[in-house]
Amino acid sequence: MHRRVVITGLGVVAPGGIGAKAFWELLTSGRTATRTISFFDPSPFRSQVAAECDFDPAAHGLTPAQTIRMDRAAQFAVVAAAEAVSDAGLELAELDPYRVGTVVGSAVGATMSLEREYVIASEHGRRWLVDNARTSPHLYDYYVPGSFAAEVAWSIGAEGPAAVVSTGCTSGLDAVAYAAELIREGSADVVVGGASDAPISPITVACFDAIKATTPRNDDPAHASRPFDNSRNGFVLGEGSAMFVLEDLERARRRGAPVYAEIVGFASRCNAFHMTGLRPDGREMAEAIRNALDTARMDPTAIGYVNAHGSGTKQNDRHETAAVKLALREHAYATPMSSIKSMVGHSLGAIGAIEVAACALAITNGVVPPTANLHEPDPECDLDYVPLEARDRRLDAVLSVGSGFGGFQSAMLLARPEGDAR
Amino acid sequence: MSERGGQKADAPVVTGLGVVAATGLDAETYWKATLDGRSGIGRIARFDPAQYPSRLAGEIRDFDPAAHLPDRLLAQTDHVTRFSLTAAAQALADAAVDPAALGDYDMGVVTASSAGGFEFGQKELEKLWSKGGDHVSAYQSFAWFYAVNTGQISIRHGMRGPSGVLVTDQAGGLDAIGQARRHLRAGTALAITGGVDGSLCPWGWIGQLATGRISESDDPARAYLPFDRDANGFVPGEGGAILVVEQREAALRRAAPRVYGEISGYAATFDPAPDRDRPPGLRRAIELALADAGCPAAEIDVVFADAAGVPELDLAEARALTGVFGAGRVPVTAPKTMTGRLAAGAGGLDVATALLSLRDQVIPPTVNVGPLADGCGELDLVRDAARPAPLRRALVLARGIGGFNAAVVVTAP
Repeated sequence: MHRRVVITGLGVVAPGGIGAKAFWELLTSGRTATRTISFFDPSPFRSQVAAECDFDPAAHGLTPAQTIRMDRAAQFAVVAAAEAVSDAGLELAELDPYRVGTVVGSAVGATMSLEREYVIASEHGRRWLVDNARTSPHLYDYYVPGSFAAEVAWSIGAEGPAAVVSTGCTSGLDAVAYAAELIREGSADVVVGGASDAPISPITVACFDAIKATTPRNDDPAHASRPFDNSRNGFVLGEGSAMFVLEDLERARRRGAPVYAEIVGFASRCNAFHMTGLRPDGREMAEAIRNALDTARMDPTAIGYVNAHGSGTKQNDRHETAAVKLALREHAYATPMSSIKSMVGHSLGAIGAIEVAACALAITNGVVPPTANLHEPDPECDLDYVPLEARDRRLDAVLSVGSGFGGFQSAMLLARPEGDAR
Repeated sequence: MSERGGQKADAPVVTGLGVVAATGLDAETYWKATLDGRSGIGRIARFDPAQYPSRLAGEIRDFDPAAHLPDRLLAQTDHVTRFSLTAAAQALADAAVDPAALGDYDMGVVTASSAGGFEFGQKELEKLWSKGGDHVSAYQSFAWFYAVNTGQISIRHGMRGPSGVLVTDQAGGLDAIGQARRHLRAGTALAITGGVDGSLCPWGWIGQLATGRISESDDPARAYLPFDRDANGFVPGEGGAILVVEQREAALRRAAPRVYGEISGYAATFDPAPDRDRPPGLRRAIELALADAGCPAAEIDVVFADAAGVPELDLAEARALTGVFGAGRVPVTAPKTMTGRLAAGAGGLDVATALLSLRDQVIPPTVNVGPLADGCGELDLVRDAARPAPLRRALVLARGIGGFNAAVVVTAP
């Protein structure tokens, strides 16, 4: 069984505003949501900026019991899933629970809750033999982020295949691909899938400080995320979630559901090079892009927009530029390619799904989101990165790419639905 | 549809096994201990467990990481990654795979993880909170996260094909095998899969204690008693297995030295939310895996049970098995009573154990279990001693905390 898979609903929790509408307004305005970290005192750290969500769980329907039980990233996922289900017009009570799957990507799981609990159990790091009497009864759910999929599945009543996909910073793309495959192979008819991460905690900031991966541009937090700009010097940590309703195209047609986009191609590769380093030639990412094109039976010239990984490290920006040129050849120069991380930061495993949401909305609205803060491109990055301002453009197919620690390189192709877009 | 007497042309074959567990640091040592019924469960030695309510584990001892890995890798890895790299190297050697002879995009890695490199993470949290952020290791950004084992195996062996990481608690090992099978069907020739897991450090231990499912017995022979009327929780362990799986044609083409068996069927389901009055999903996972394998229930010769060791979960599993197979119609075993429950390491190790059972036509025992609990009495649980039997197909089950269910059917070559 090889069915076609479409996105019929989406939900977003992102810095700069909760919900898909606020997210899209931010992206098309070119405003940024990066700021000085407010969750804890960042002054001891090298990088003190982040893209934080102003998120009130109660305002989004979570009960006090849910809020206490769930890590912040699980809360994001449940809220984004509810928005996606509502957006898709799905009547949960009419679904066969056995035919509904749940997939959540996350790079670092319940980091915030784990660190909070560790500090309690260890008396601020003073005890190696941590105290089990003072920690949350939900500690295991933080320890194993399979709990994120469980929470989403419970919230929608799903009893089909459920999983958390955790491939570092490609988790979001890989989770959406996993969800699509469950439908394609016939294991589910509907999958609520996407990704979530909420990593803005001292241990995350410290571990990226240690390898100088995040930016030290602390004096100008609103302009700190500068992918492809010559002055960029690291990424800005973010948080958030995007979740989708994916379903079999025929099923969506039968129920008359508007379609954002069809997922037409996907491939992932590993660089087998270094846990955090990238080979400058970009050949594994290029291979992923070429293979995604093969699976979609698509010519590179069909691609109207590339949603870049665009993290804003020198290494990434050059690697990715090389990869896109290798895969798309001359067409790379004619294709707008932007990084929304310039506006919403890099939410690790979540961002791949958030970027799929941006691609779906770009197709639907015929608008390419810009790369904010791009004033003077790195001379080695010579593609059209859509600086500063969104651009109107009819999009028939878009490519989203991701690159992650562990060497993961993923590429997904989304296409405008046949007939009228949503 | 069945072909060639039950073998499926597109079913991947397992050509190599690597095992690291409390009862053996390679597959054959582990298998001999398992058939002999020797348990690896004992009081935790890695840290002093005296202050905790549970003190037993299936801890790996006598493992010298420097004998297996270069210094460069030792500096940047947690125990669990060292075990994973060792098991992966064993599996590739067992399968006589020369990674250089295969195209580098023809090999991928899909592993399961539950908690990543947890002791590494505890040490870095301790440094951060007691000494400050400047003391945090440059390796922390990747040494603890869930993708670490896949990434390190990929790098060490030059595997650049489609790869992945699944986190579904104890169901993860089987879900990883299911995902590797998808990659092979889509064209990748070979995948490293399974999982090795474990977080025997104080910070990992209190996470496990929070489940309320860990036995508080201090007697290694009375602590982990699945299906027993004295079931009182389980004993966690560390370790697991890494498998080399290949497209059948690819294995034939390179003249792989042996085929342990094929992965004939796989399925995953999720339990209903706790407040819903609906049946648990394990039975459906079994039925879907059998259907996927094109295998009637009567063709299953042995079941490797999830064996939670928690009375209500044991009862649910017994009911699922009796419902599918009939009372006492299929032998059931839980050799994990000797290693402890291995979280994401369990599925791979049970599949490896099932394949060795098919090879040697013998069912390994469940140890220490005495009179069965009410409702579990209809199980034909293989207890005390290994049982020779004609075996062609085995069913392997796993359940992860939260509600994950997975089932795999393996068939002898």
